[in-house]
Amino acid sequence: MATNVEPKQKNLLVRFLTMNTNGASSGRSLPLWKQLALQVLTFVIGFEVMFPILYIITLSFSPKSERPSTLQLIPTEFSFLAYGQVLDRPTANPVTFIELLKNSFFLSFGVGLVALLVAVTAAYAFSRFKFKLRQVLMVLVFVPLLMPAVGLATPLYLLLNSFKLMDCGGGVWAFNPITMCEPGVTGKLLFNLRDSLLGVGIAMISGALPFAVWNLKGYLDTIPLELEEAAAIDGADPNQIFFQIVLPLAIPQLAVTFFLGFIGHWQEFAMSWLFLTKPDQYTLSMTLYNMTGQYANSIPWNRFAAMSVIVALPVAVIYIALQKYITSGLTTGAVKG
Amino acid sequence: MTTLIPINKPKKANSSKALLPYFYLLPTFVVMGIITFYPLVYQLVVSFTDFQTKDLRLGLNSPVLNFIGLKNYIDILTAGLPVQNFEFVRILIYNFWWAITNVILHVPAGVIIAVLLNAEGLWFKKIYRAIYILPVVVPPLVVATVWRNIFDDQYGAMNQFLTTIVQFFGATDPVRIRWLTEYAPPIPWLLPGGPLPKAYYAMMIANFWLGWPFMTVVATGALQSIPRDLYEAADIDGATGVQQFWNITVPLLRPAMIPAAVYGFTLSFNLFAFVFFMTGGGPARSTEILVTFAYDLVRNLRLYGAAAAFSVIIFVVGTIVFLITNRITRATESYTEN
Repeated sequence: MATNVEPKQKNLLVRFLTMNTNGASSGRSLPLWKQLALQVLTFVIGFEVMFPILYIITLSFSPKSERPSTLQLIPTEFSFLAYGQVLDRPTANPVTFIELLKNSFFLSFGVGLVALLVAVTAAYAFSRFKFKLRQVLMVLVFVPLLMPAVGLATPLYLLLNSFKLMDCGGGVWAFNPITMCEPGVTGKLLFNLRDSLLGVGIAMISGALPFAVWNLKGYLDTIPLELEEAAAIDGADPNQIFFQIVLPLAIPQLAVTFFLGFIGHWQEFAMSWLFLTKPDQYTLSMTLYNMTGQYANSIPWNRFAAMSVIVALPVAVIYIALQKYITSGLTTGAVKG
Repeated sequence: MTTLIPINKPKKANSSKALLPYFYLLPTFVVMGIITFYPLVYQLVVSFTDFQTKDLRLGLNSPVLNFIGLKNYIDILTAGLPVQNFEFVRILIYNFWWAITNVILHVPAGVIIAVLLNAEGLWFKKIYRAIYILPVVVPPLVVATVWRNIFDDQYGAMNQFLTTIVQFFGATDPVRIRWLTEYAPPIPWLLPGGPLPKAYYAMMIANFWLGWPFMTVVATGALQSIPRDLYEAADIDGATGVQQFWNITVPLLRPAMIPAAVYGFTLSFNLFAFVFFMTGGGPARSTEILVTFAYDLVRNLRLYGAAAAFSVIIFVVGTIVFLITNRITRATESYTEN
């Protein structure tokens, strides 16, 4: 393992998309009957993949909001009515699409970035150092991975709910829990950390951080030790090795870890739904969840489909742009050894 | 010891070096201490109380909060919660069954499709590869809502699709399978003690769509590293394609597929958004997994004490699952150990 010069499994997806596409390299070619049989199979699999995607795209171009009574996978009419409606007035509340987009963006951007910055040194320590309690500490960090953030929602709610900015009247402000209003004065609530994007972001980091440590450690494990050993012989101290050798090598994976955090929390709705009450703080995925409602009859189908496409699109674009790094990042941690 | 010790350093540097790993761990443990471990300990304390909505304002300082010992745990384990259709053991078994059956379908399907796509001289290979990646790209939130609508009994695409097929064979009645709402299990003997309604099969179909492409990506990467000589040698020895698959492809794919399967297992085990959007755990909580039930306890039922006890149980189950899978993948080993 330590003699590897290049990280294993790099560019998994690039290889997947580009390798040996004409099959000419070995000179063998398929007999026609076999070729046709395989074509039928691969086409059926392709249809299975495209079925729900075509269904939702077709719905989103429909001008009618009621449910389609016949199955349609190819749009016969191209109406942008639903997209227009969703962009113009996404919810019943007076909140614009741009505001929702901004909330979603800042929330997922912040969670991805903070989790990355906090996680990177821990990932390095777990990957490279041996120390007392190493196994115990690593189990402590990784077990929450198996426990979704929803499991900690109540204590996080209470914790964040105790941070409040109050106007006690007469120009006196109090910042709970450090200072309180005079006993007997109720005060006016100005800011509640729990009911804010900042608070939800803090709560979400509780789930994003262990994942970032795990994902980064898996990648750092594949960076060969030779460079670091050479630097150590040249007299570099461990901090110099980390900042000047390991960090630059890990930049692609830092980007992937950030975007996986971004994508994961772009889609997250449960925590936001529990914490946030003010419509101007809502996010896109909360809006999508809100649209599905309790009864299928009440779903505005074309708008729901259009919103799905809008919520999915940025994620799809980021994923496709970074695909060669993302899949290798997800598998290197696991495939090692 | 670590291999990073510089050879010409004085002894003093080594003792400060011993503290260095902890210094690197400090940011993560400070943050996790506040927003992960503190809430976990809080959950543990709350799990011994009858915490309710009225206690939300003052938390553990609430004067009306009562410590009730292990009652929440006993209620959960003996179905004593004021919740209909809740049997903890059934949900736990179903949760494991759900994760395992998913992985059992996804891994072989992913491998077979990867092998299929790997066939030399296959036309349109590039196009198929690009299409097959799409499910990985669509967010689970959208996947689940779309599939829920596909399985709608009146207007869903699945019933419309089946109607087209049966009409082709001369039937006139439209198909009206109540995929997500009918409780009666179509195969009653399949999971003793936990009836699997049609919703389970609908979810398996939807999650199959979501799950196999990732396995295909991993298997394709591993297929590339199998030397072609092995197949040529097997050809010369007269081995059939099937024999080559079982004796060369499968054993050499195993090191890559086992960790991928473990990863898939943990993903499916906690597939919150998908289950929540697709069925919400219904009908009659028969497709509920541990995390969706924990969410329901807080969000709708407001049984905070019981929810805390439930979270502690999930944590214990999660730790056991982690220690077992860690044996298999050795994720916590440091680089220098192998």
